[in-house]
Amino acid sequence: MTTTIKRIRGGINPGHHKETAELETVRMPLPSRVIIPMLQHLGALCVPLVKKGDRVLVGQKIGDSDKPVSAPVHSSVSGNVTDVRPLIYSNGMEVTVVEIKPDGLQELHESVVPPSCADRESMLKAIRESGIVGLGGAGFPTSIKLSPPPGKMIDTVIINGAECEPFITSDYREMMENPQYVIEGTKKVMEITGAGKALIGIEDNKPDAIELLSSLVSDQDGIEVVSLPVRYPQGGEKQLIYALTGRKVPTGGLPMDVGVLVQNVATVSFIAQYFKTGLPLIRKKVTVDGSAVANPKNVEVLIGTPLKEVFEFCGGFCDEPRKIIMGGPMMGVAQHSLDDPVLKQTNALLAFGESDAEQPKESVCIRCGKCVAACPMSLLPLYINLNVVRGNFEGIEKYHVSDCIECGCCSYVCPASRNLVQSVRIAKAELRKAAARKQGGGN
Amino acid sequence: MEISLLAGSSPHIRSGESTQKIMRDVIIALLPAAVCSVIYFKVQAAMLILVTVTSCVAAEYAWCKITKKENTIADLSAAVTGLLLAFNLPPSLPLWMAAIGGVFAIIIVKQLFGGLGQNFVNPALAARAFMVASWPGQMTSWQAPGWDAVSTATPLEIMKKGSEAAGELPKFWDMFVGNIGGCIGETSALALLIGAVYLVARNVITLELPLAFIGTVGFMTWMLGGSEGLFTGNFVYHVFAGGLILGAFFMATDYTTSPVTFRGRIIMGIGCGFLTSIIRLYGGYPEGVSYSILLMNLVVPLIDRYMIPRSFGGGVAKK
Repeated sequence: MTTTIKRIRGGINPGHHKETAELETVRMPLPSRVIIPMLQHLGALCVPLVKKGDRVLVGQKIGDSDKPVSAPVHSSVSGNVTDVRPLIYSNGMEVTVVEIKPDGLQELHESVVPPSCADRESMLKAIRESGIVGLGGAGFPTSIKLSPPPGKMIDTVIINGAECEPFITSDYREMMENPQYVIEGTKKVMEITGAGKALIGIEDNKPDAIELLSSLVSDQDGIEVVSLPVRYPQGGEKQLIYALTGRKVPTGGLPMDVGVLVQNVATVSFIAQYFKTGLPLIRKKVTVDGSAVANPKNVEVLIGTPLKEVFEFCGGFCDEPRKIIMGGPMMGVAQHSLDDPVLKQTNALLAFGESDAEQPKESVCIRCGKCVAACPMSLLPLYINLNVVRGNFEGIEKYHVSDCIECGCCSYVCPASRNLVQSVRIAKAELRKAAARKQGGGN
Repeated sequence: MEISLLAGSSPHIRSGESTQKIMRDVIIALLPAAVCSVIYFKVQAAMLILVTVTSCVAAEYAWCKITKKENTIADLSAAVTGLLLAFNLPPSLPLWMAAIGGVFAIIIVKQLFGGLGQNFVNPALAARAFMVASWPGQMTSWQAPGWDAVSTATPLEIMKKGSEAAGELPKFWDMFVGNIGGCIGETSALALLIGAVYLVARNVITLELPLAFIGTVGFMTWMLGGSEGLFTGNFVYHVFAGGLILGAFFMATDYTTSPVTFRGRIIMGIGCGFLTSIIRLYGGYPEGVSYSILLMNLVVPLIDRYMIPRSFGGGVAKK
């Protein structure tokens, strides 16, 4: 079987910068402390199950929620809980964190045993207990994604190995270092969803990964490794589904509406490892790079490790860092503190010095339409920006604001350096406010 | 170590593209035609270019000073306007008229409406229209290329009179390279096309608008422009004589006064082509490119407002 690839609309080629690609992942030694937030996923905040002074062990569940859309969190070290306190994330959200001082023993908790699963229900339960969330960045609880409501049939599983953001190579390293787990995890996801077919999409700037994974699958598995042209945002969920299947996810809909389920390579690899060992999600492959990092590396980091210690492990800073980004340069979040921890979804930490961190000054829109041509969602970013700048939110929905995936292509190409994505975020927030007013006020 | 970190919305990298770089590319693309204008129309062409560019840039500088706004001449957009205005002037025009045209383009058409990105019609073309109304004689007196300043008619005027049979029409090659009467920058289709290829290669303009414009003019003049019935019109001369190549690639594609979507640009191109053909074939003027672009400029806000594209996945039914 061969898949014909559809060309995604718009997009950009921002340069690869994947200099860390051939650097094998190194495991970082124990940090001096870990800070584990009770929210590392999209959904409900977990409640801490431990208190100050408690001794916790590796893999012990320390936070959980009874809300359906949630994922438990586990301790990544053995040691003593030194604090349970609030922390303000770089996105402005306040969360509760559990701070633990490792005792250096890394003693495993008794719950860390391979799950025994007889049926789909028990597998889904095990996946929830593992704490896994979508590791591609969004952090949606995987167990929820794997259990679509009755009536939604999944016929195709797509494994996202595109890794289209510049700099990041952690998914590539996962494919190179744990190819058998990627395949096994893919099969597990097919089994759970009942999908007969899986497509592993990888951008063609990673030929070694394509070759390696292709050698491990056969047609009988129903798994095909597909080489994708390099084009950002090829790995956007809706773009990837279109490129591989020609199906368009409807506005406001989910991949399951077109019979597809998308998982990141790191997510499926973890699932396979979890079923083998029972060790929940407590560590993460992270690409550490950027002009201010002395020795860029791919690092396996315990979740909760302060960013500062990760950078110190990579030789510290060779230039005064002015911007620290969690994630890629196109969609990552600029961090406000080096004391913040590595999270489940963290796939890269980038540090840039003054010259790379300064954003160019905004000038007037010349209506060149380059943002329109670059938008993979067929939006008109310049008009959203124009209305937001004028404070004109009335009727702004007609520009399909909520369809924006915030990939950043528009801002990237803008010759006037306008903050287009930022204005879309403002418009989305205003629309949410308006919707809340409507619901609350009844008029 | 105390460090201060910059926050800010993603994306954290930019392409490095700028308004100034785009305008510089447009100037580079106009250079071959500028050189041709000097080859054919000598010192007069060089002086016209110098005067309009200077008056446009000076007007922009003075405006920024007087209104205490940030000086914007470095974005090069005023220089582009000056260059395009010169290209739309006849070689014998008195220089003081050209200077007034430049000031009109920048102050009245561009700055009074809010400056770069805000003007609703093309400044160079609006200034030309103003000049034709003010000095109709000087703005439509043509001379043959060369030092002697022999007065002549443009190919489109010859066709308008219906006297092409008398053998007055220039040879195709002369017309293609620009060795004919006309505005100084419009005569050499070859030089303009070289510039257009550069603009497309540099991703400054896209082809949908110019091709729709030229295609429509070609088709309509072929269909309706002949004296011996349908489809006998001399469309080759309609395309290469006159200001169509200049207008389609360099004036109609002006960012501020053209639609931002692919479909919108097609509509603008077809509209420009339709109006140009109607003016040329049935109107009082032999040339209609600049008026057609000006008229379509007025429709651009409507096109952009009513042609919002369906978003990716929009209109797809949920399964």
